[in-house]
Amino acid sequence: MNPFNLEIEKLKQKALDIRRDIITLLIESQSGHSGGPLSCTDMATALYFNILNHDPQNPGNPQRDLNFFSIGHVSPLIYSLLAESGYFPLKDLLSFRKMEGHLEGHPNCLHTPGIEVSAGSLGQGLSIACGTAYGIKMDRTERRVYCIMGDGEQQEGSIWEAVMFSAHYKLDNLCGIIDYNHRQIDGETEDVMDISPLTEKYWSFGWNVYEINGHDMNEIVGALKAANDCKGKPSIIIGHTEMGKGVSFMEGLAEWHGKPPKPDQGEKALAELGTTYAEWSERLRNG
Amino acid sequence: MGEMKKTRVGFGHGLVDAGEKNKNVVVLVGDLRDSTNVNFFAEKFPERFIEVGIAEQNMANVAAGLSLTGKIPFFTTYGAFATCRCLDMLRVTICYSNLNVKIGGAHGGISVGPDGATHQALEEISILRSLPNMKIIVPCDYFETRKATLAAIDIDGPLYIRFGRENVPVVTDKDTPFEFGKGVVYRDGGDIAILACGVMLYEALEAAHELERDGIDTRVINIHTVKPIDETIIIKAASECGAIVTAEEHQVYGGFGSAVAEVIAKNNPVPMEFIGVQDSFGRSGPPEELMKAYHLKAKDIIGAVKRVLKRK
Ligand SMILES: Cc1ncc(C[n+]2csc(CCOP(=O)(O)OP(=O)(O)O)c2C)c(N)n1
Repeated sequence: MNPFNLEIEKLKQKALDIRRDIITLLIESQSGHSGGPLSCTDMATALYFNILNHDPQNPGNPQRDLNFFSIGHVSPLIYSLLAESGYFPLKDLLSFRKMEGHLEGHPNCLHTPGIEVSAGSLGQGLSIACGTAYGIKMDRTERRVYCIMGDGEQQEGSIWEAVMFSAHYKLDNLCGIIDYNHRQIDGETEDVMDISPLTEKYWSFGWNVYEINGHDMNEIVGALKAANDCKGKPSIIIGHTEMGKGVSFMEGLAEWHGKPPKPDQGEKALAELGTTYAEWSERLRNG
Repeated sequence: MGEMKKTRVGFGHGLVDAGEKNKNVVVLVGDLRDSTNVNFFAEKFPERFIEVGIAEQNMANVAAGLSLTGKIPFFTTYGAFATCRCLDMLRVTICYSNLNVKIGGAHGGISVGPDGATHQALEEISILRSLPNMKIIVPCDYFETRKATLAAIDIDGPLYIRFGRENVPVVTDKDTPFEFGKGVVYRDGGDIAILACGVMLYEALEAAHELERDGIDTRVINIHTVKPIDETIIIKAASECGAIVTAEEHQVYGGFGSAVAEVIAKNNPVPMEFIGVQDSFGRSGPPEELMKAYHLKAKDIIGAVKRVLKRK
């Protein structure tokens, strides 16, 4: 059971709050990634606030489902999800990437509650998720395993080793999620190294595939629930998204992959998200 | 020379011992079931044996994932691939997260023989020593490998066990104690100390025997745990013997000898010599011939002892 079980409208509100957190903490740190965290927000919010059976008060709960963010660079999103879920105080978000905090540029599981495994080198999460899903099957328990990946990340060869492994061992307790924003550091994924057709690729490797609009909460929750019921094979949710979603001047631009908004840009972004830096940083400080 | 046995068989039998002792032990392999000798475990505990295929990077992280469910996974392949191919997985996922993953590194050393340089792992110690949280055991023979493998399941965190392909002399027996992290004096002496790991322990003992005839009183120490290294026994050897020779079937750069030198330099600088592969790749050949060609025999250790004694 998900501890929040938010319905669609509440999920949308939560996703908005998370986007506000992301911009606010990036204004504060003046270092970190903007584009990927914002494009992935809706799918990750649905997972943490409607689907994932997790226990923020007891992060190591042996009955929990596990989610692995294979894209460690979306740490602003990851930390916001965890703080909003109650793993640690919201005010910690203001210490992102600072020496005095516990929020490393890329997540460290030994420092930050709610992180299953440290990440930051792309292409590794799905293999880890495979091992966990396999171990859970050995235990004959019902826990589920998720892995959130980038689209550019699909260029890493070892992902396809894991894709093969999970189909071979029929890991139907495993669900991958791809943030298909068509952007990576050096530009458009189609130009850098085309990964399409992704649906056909996963399908031909023996996976159950859902291709959805990764910003539509109904579609996201629908696919996550459908994946729960799929038997005999792993599932992948390919969510079409937009880099920088929610901030007009970031949307669709690869240049926003790895940089934070400057304070004035951040203020503009927060205005589009219906708040101000003063208001939202105050909320975080008191949270 | 007495009994000869393969260290990889020690690993295989050690895995079965471990599997019997703890039901969480799981073994993974990348299409090298028989040559790494995980076949014994696979036959005994098929439900805890995972064939991953030729996908070592995936295997390393599948092991990482298994450890999160309380399993004690051993992932196994040739040491050259376990370390070099999987280094990023070892670094970012397994060591940075301090996961309870064990690595069985087969085909350690030049004595792999005819397969040649690609398969003769000579770099694992140098590479792994630089990873925080990683522990390294280089056992000297069949029995020690078997015991080290069993001991590994009670040591938390990432741990690498190195073993070889060929028959090598048995220098311990089934009752010799094995204590992780502790060096063992095999022969006492006060003129020179030879510190060895792996199969080089046998060569060191042979060398000591010869040196005795020349009136050189040689201490021989088995350092099976290369990381964390037993500083006490090394410092004691330096101060009591005044000169040290290290011996490893591995590159000298950054390897076991370097680990000893770090301790010596910091605590009690004494003259040292390093027996090992001197910054070159291996090549195909009969194991015994290769050991000679790469100067890894007792005779080479004796030469090093004589050189270092002049600098004492
Ligand atoms: C193994 C590895 N190579 C390179 C990088 C540097 N890097 C970080 S993010 C990134 C691009 C990722 O693209 P994508 O998966 O599409 O994520 P998005 O740009 O959508 O956030 C790269 C190359 C890395 N972190 N890990």
